[in-house]
Amino acid sequence: MMKSKADEEDFWNSSKCKPFTFDDEDDEFSKLKESKQTVKNIRPLVDEDEDEDDVEKISWSGEPVGSISWSVRETAASSQRTEREPAFPKINTDTPAISRSLSGYSLSALFKGGTAQSDSSVRLYAPELRKPKSEYKDIVSDWSPEHTVQRMQQGKVVHLEKFRSLQDKLLLLDFAVSAHDGNVITAVLIYLKRTLSKEVLFRELESRQTALRHFIHYLTETRDQRLLLELLRSRTSPLLQYKEHLSIADENKRRDFLKSCLSLPFSPEDSAHVQDHYTLLERQIIIEATDRHAERGGKVEIFQKFPRRASILNMPLITTLYYCCFYHYHESEGTYSSPLNIRQTFRISDKQYFVTALAARAKLKAWSDVDALFTSRNWLGFTRKKSPLSFQRVVDILHRNSAPTQVLQEYVGLVDDSDLRISLAQKHKCHDIVINTYRDLKDRQLLLGYLSKVERGSAEAGKINQLLSNQQIRWRN
Amino acid sequence: MAHSARRDSPELPDFSMLKRLVKDQLIYLLEQLPGKKDLFIEADLMSPLDRIANVSILKQHEVDKLYKVEYKPVMSTSEQLCFLIRPRIQTVKWICDVVNADKTAGKCRRYKLIFTPQKFYACEAVLEEEGIFGDVSTDEWTFNLLPLDEDILSLELPEFFQDYFLAGDQRWVRTAGTALHLLHSLYGPFSKVYGIGRCSKMVYELWREQVEEGEQKAHQAEIGKVFLIDRDVDFVTPLCSQVVYEGLVDDIFRIKCGCVEFGPDVTSSDKSVKVMLNSQDKVFNEIRNEHFSNVFGFLSQKARNLQTAYDKRRGMDIKQIKAFVSEELKGLKQEHRQLSLHIGASESIMKKKTKQDFQELLKTEHSLLEGFEIRECISFIEEHMNRQVSMIESLRLLCLLSITENGLLPKDYRSLKAQYLQSYGVDHLFTFVSLRQLGLLVEQQPGDTLTVMESKVGKLVNDKTAGKLTDAFSSLAKKSNFRALSRKLSLVPKSDEEYDLRVPRDMAYIFSGAYIPLSCKLIEQVLERDSWTGLEEVTRLLNGHEFAAAGSSGADLSEKNDAQRIILVMFLGGCTFSEISALRFLGRERGYRFIVVTTAITNSSRLLEALLDNHV
Repeated sequence: MMKSKADEEDFWNSSKCKPFTFDDEDDEFSKLKESKQTVKNIRPLVDEDEDEDDVEKISWSGEPVGSISWSVRETAASSQRTEREPAFPKINTDTPAISRSLSGYSLSALFKGGTAQSDSSVRLYAPELRKPKSEYKDIVSDWSPEHTVQRMQQGKVVHLEKFRSLQDKLLLLDFAVSAHDGNVITAVLIYLKRTLSKEVLFRELESRQTALRHFIHYLTETRDQRLLLELLRSRTSPLLQYKEHLSIADENKRRDFLKSCLSLPFSPEDSAHVQDHYTLLERQIIIEATDRHAERGGKVEIFQKFPRRASILNMPLITTLYYCCFYHYHESEGTYSSPLNIRQTFRISDKQYFVTALAARAKLKAWSDVDALFTSRNWLGFTRKKSPLSFQRVVDILHRNSAPTQVLQEYVGLVDDSDLRISLAQKHKCHDIVINTYRDLKDRQLLLGYLSKVERGSAEAGKINQLLSNQQIRWRN
Repeated sequence: MAHSARRDSPELPDFSMLKRLVKDQLIYLLEQLPGKKDLFIEADLMSPLDRIANVSILKQHEVDKLYKVEYKPVMSTSEQLCFLIRPRIQTVKWICDVVNADKTAGKCRRYKLIFTPQKFYACEAVLEEEGIFGDVSTDEWTFNLLPLDEDILSLELPEFFQDYFLAGDQRWVRTAGTALHLLHSLYGPFSKVYGIGRCSKMVYELWREQVEEGEQKAHQAEIGKVFLIDRDVDFVTPLCSQVVYEGLVDDIFRIKCGCVEFGPDVTSSDKSVKVMLNSQDKVFNEIRNEHFSNVFGFLSQKARNLQTAYDKRRGMDIKQIKAFVSEELKGLKQEHRQLSLHIGASESIMKKKTKQDFQELLKTEHSLLEGFEIRECISFIEEHMNRQVSMIESLRLLCLLSITENGLLPKDYRSLKAQYLQSYGVDHLFTFVSLRQLGLLVEQQPGDTLTVMESKVGKLVNDKTAGKLTDAFSSLAKKSNFRALSRKLSLVPKSDEEYDLRVPRDMAYIFSGAYIPLSCKLIEQVLERDSWTGLEEVTRLLNGHEFAAAGSSGADLSEKNDAQRIILVMFLGGCTFSEISALRFLGRERGYRFIVVTTAITNSSRLLEALLDNHV
């Protein structure tokens, strides 16, 4: 981040010097605060002055002259670097190569970036104790982008405002990206956001995918919705705009907002979903108003018997369908709340409709409605039970809605697979089906075994005993 | 339960040092703000903090009151406020509000922000923008590795997954590199590093740079080899239902930071209890890696043994009883407590699983893994959605379907997506965007229709960035090639053979013998070959990014050295307990010991929930 010299000073004062205020009285602390404020106020002046001063203190190799502590450390560090062979090889990490021959650039950088820190290196003495190890080593005068990025990675103070030309800024960004450190990439982006017009920044980000994604994430986190929308004028953006409905609490406003979204350039598929969303909410608002009224009026029986637990607003489509199957099942197709109307409007598949209606009517224990759902007549007028859902699943749904055994039995009996039928029948205690199936299989042993599972002296037990003693049956075992 | 082929598994290094280090650092940081202070702790740091320190330690260092960060106005009257937080912009903004409110009210306090594991420039920028930079002091608590067990270290950064894989933000990459560096300097030098995935490569690079910067003290290595793996190399494994005990417990009760809360249904009382689940719990340690079907038998055997041990005291004389009470009783009591909890948990698991047709769910999963009866699977998933059964479960099955089938047919994709939105709400349009970005749920693309689509979109909005932008979003979405990988690595054992789960023959046992986790299989293969050689086809199917780097200086490579059989596996983006179980099994078979380092423990629900929240 941008830190001028005075900034840096107050940085030390504020955070790094804390340990040394251990024994300070509070008033001393406030004194410190005062002086810090003073320092803050005189920053512009100091900045200009020091810039000049410092240039003179820099040697050609970029070292600040006259700082022993610095040179000792620096020497130690650099000798260490050269002595040791890297233990592990570098691998190619697929980032665009950056030309490291910055001839001419680095030379000027010596001057440009040379606000070097003869002062702060002295100041460093005190807070040193509590500084992370990485900060020990050096006070640097090499303000090449590469070096700056390195320092940022180590959490050291840098002077980003030295990077003024577009080329310099972009080099800095590219080095940050090639260092793989998201923290630094974002830091550079914050600086670029502050110092570049958004047109230029967006243009440059186009060809820098990693940086772009960091920028998007940063804007998302800081909730800079305006800039984010501008940046994302592409196919995700209608969705992003649409997303704003989540923050609108009032249902009428939300509906109106959704309506305004309909004209956004969604993909054809998403466009249909958003249209459905709008239509659904519009309908929910009408249903909610009517039903709330009816419920308060206290004249409609079903609302008295089964008071509504929540409003239907903003519920998913299937939940709405369930609600309508529950409260408005027998309405004619003309009303908004009629299940059939909903089925039609939202192109709900047979299976979806069937599952939902089944669950709702079973919940109400309206077994005749359940029965009617399955009944279809063939051309001869005979009725038979048909289901878009396996009967096994039907039994499960009914069971979950605590259907009585007689009802379950009927549907368990419709399961084709005999093994499955038996296991379901056993699970739901549909004894007749088990017994009859064993009888049909002529399996005396199984039947005998089942005797122990039914209650002694019950009708089922009697039936089993009767079968077992039946001489007409030719048992297989 | 013994199935070890080799019994000479080397000893694990002692990781308690890591805890000590972070504890000392925390105390040190608290001392930087002398005097009484109130401490505000970020919600998701509470559990990790609990593993490191306790209230009395905090009190000793003059922490007066403890608060959870809740983004509400501060009621504290303390002169000094200390905030222990993750480097999140939202949290820092809240603190700025607190400080600015104090300023307006003319209240003068000292504030200290301790970021863990590190501070970010973006957070400091907020301090600066809000005008309180300098009014607060900031520090870093490098708490980046929490030992959850003797062989599990966690960075406790669940957001690593969505930040890196979904948003493409590399903020945590360096954190991972630093964690690795810490392990290297304490337990290294490592002799070899393998890895696969883009993030792994970056972590490797950032770690390597730190190695070169710092000095390595020569000491006896305790960890030999390292394997780095990106979560997106294998999404199939974390999306499967877990059936190994520890994984099941995590799926159902959610293990948080090595600790689980068992409700009244487990404790069969009216209280809930919090239990640490690790190798210290003897009963748990013996069943954690077992397939659930073995657990009952084991627990009842154990119960019988316990009864016998208790019964021993009958017919004892006074002296013997005294010895029994002082030597054995405590252990027996503890075992009794543990046993009853795990029996209760198993019962509760059984109840929950039978209620939701677990068997059928597993059958569908196994069919998907095998690529068998896909139509039936699709109709099962449809019914699941139509009935509005768990929204996460439906999503999990959809993703599993998409990855194993290398994407859905456009017709299926549209219909399943529509049904999902109808059942769970149109808001989930964003979820589908995220899933596509990650490649978890995609349409099959005949040829290059994607680019056609993009250029259309580009024209539509007449903006050059459009195409590029979609590139940015689709760059991480890649083909899964699961079927081909499965064949190549024989991940799905032949179904006609009987699989004895009590005597597992390979890592597939963690999924009832139906599937060997891809992630673990890769690790096995690379370790076996000591390189990626011979796996070229596999890495091509995995979209490359594999590497192997030999260390040199100071690393003792001799086979005799036990450390070479200690393998550190680092999962970037999270790993599941099932994978850990599989690696433990592999270790027993091959005489390795695995240490798992992960950004967080994950499972299918956590993985998918992370995507529900993240709407871009």
